[in-house]
Amino acid sequence: MTGSRKLLIFGGIALAAFGMLYGLQYALFVEHQTLDHMGGSLAQSFAAAASRNLAQSQAALEQYGDTKYDYVRQVDAHSHWIGLAMLMIVLGVIFQRVNFSEGIRQLVAFSLLAGSALFPLAIILQTYHHGAMGLKALAVVSSGLVIAGLTATAWGFARPRTAA
Amino acid sequence: MPATPKSFPDRASSAPAKPALALAPHFAPMSARRLYIFGGIALIAAGLLFGDIFAVFILHQNAALQGEALIAASRAVAAGNAAAVNDVFSHLGNVLEDRGTKVDAHVHMIGAGYLALLLALVQPYIALSRQTKKSLATLFIAGGVFLPVGIFLIHYVGLTGSPFTAIGWASVLADSAGALLILVLIVQAWGFRQYLRSRQLSEPELPALERSGDSMPRRALLTGGTILVLLGFLHGAYYAGTLLYEHERMETEILQRLINAATSGNLDVVTTEVNNFGGLAAARAVNIAAHSHIIEFGLLAMLLSFVQPFVFLSEKWKRRWVKLLLGGSVILPVFVLLELKLGLLAGGIADVGGLMVLVGLVGMLVGILRYSGGLDVENYVESDAAEGAL
Repeated sequence: MTGSRKLLIFGGIALAAFGMLYGLQYALFVEHQTLDHMGGSLAQSFAAAASRNLAQSQAALEQYGDTKYDYVRQVDAHSHWIGLAMLMIVLGVIFQRVNFSEGIRQLVAFSLLAGSALFPLAIILQTYHHGAMGLKALAVVSSGLVIAGLTATAWGFARPRTAA
Repeated sequence: MPATPKSFPDRASSAPAKPALALAPHFAPMSARRLYIFGGIALIAAGLLFGDIFAVFILHQNAALQGEALIAASRAVAAGNAAAVNDVFSHLGNVLEDRGTKVDAHVHMIGAGYLALLLALVQPYIALSRQTKKSLATLFIAGGVFLPVGIFLIHYVGLTGSPFTAIGWASVLADSAGALLILVLIVQAWGFRQYLRSRQLSEPELPALERSGDSMPRRALLTGGTILVLLGFLHGAYYAGTLLYEHERMETEILQRLINAATSGNLDVVTTEVNNFGGLAAARAVNIAAHSHIIEFGLLAMLLSFVQPFVFLSEKWKRRWVKLLLGGSVILPVFVLLELKLGLLAGGIADVGGLMVLVGLVGMLVGILRYSGGLDVENYVESDAAEGAL
């Protein structure tokens, strides 16, 4: 088995297991509390408005927005880690059909693995630093790595067979 | 009694190009690979069916209930009744939990099915005993069934009889099933590490595309799947880059305007803002659904390309199922996106797209069942013949 296939299959299985572990710990220790907090903040915002306490209502609404911002990204990171991992395993099984030299295949595989690991990580880190430009840039670059890797893979599939 | 092995099925019109036993070592009776393929396709088909039922009978009705709850909460705000607000939000929480757990059950059932198909592919590289692999496959399929069932039950079981403050028994079931899947994956990773050290395949690899006599369906699925995944990635990047942050900002702005209008007793503006909120929720939902479905269907097509040699149907029927599956894979996400412009008509067409994928998938599953059943009969006849010769 070539190095590029090993990288994709082993990396994919490891990333899938990591994504699932992350989802499990989130479901066990964070999710229910976060959902309660999110619903509670929105309810509190309306209740405060009913009591004509508009400052408290606005503060609770902002809290709702922040909590939802975090929740959406936590769930997105979990699903993207596992989804991208599955794609890597599939590609790993057929990567010998990508008609490039093994050196280029390894570069493409590394691009896919690095992008798949870093993209969800950048999403999660945004929950600690809302709107940080550096983390947004990391998310853009890492997703670009995955898209570039997949485009190269599709091109490799389409290229005529050579002895390479 | 001696018997003469014969090819199956009897009807020549439906016979595949290759003799069934040519691929027998790849698909041993009750092997881990067989369990993963059957279990995986069954989980995906069940998840798709559940998703279609959910989309037709629950999704839109649930969205209407959310809008009604927000109107009721705004009326309570206008009346200065904080207790009524809390009652409404308690009800809204139930409505959202009802929707969320069903979406999660749908997603996790299909996800577990995909992973099962993936594990079927990598079985040759897992250096574990045949019995261990079979046990792992059984555990994985069991986990793949109990995880979505547990998630589905969360809304109905709640915290009944639970010793925990936030987690009910259904959550415990779902989390335990999830842990089981993780455990199986970790053991598989360990088995793969063992393979890398020994370099010995534990069973034959799946037949390569080049060696397959029925390569058109495989190639169409592989190429189509790759394109679908790429399109999904590009759409996701577009959504994240141009709409995600704007939608998040708009949500709090709409809610703020809604609360202000309710406080001042302006119920006409309240209704307008609730409609805006519903429209925004719909815009987010259709974009996320289109993104996730097109990628999932692309991945499914790629995975199904590997199992085509085991689909024991005529070339004509194989092509039909492939066209149906790929057609549905395009129709569903495209018409989900068009729901914002065309309304329920597009929603209905999207549901038909989902049904097309489901029918294509079940058609292939039937072909695989025919293959395995025929293979087992041939094995039985051969062993019977060997005994007779003795």
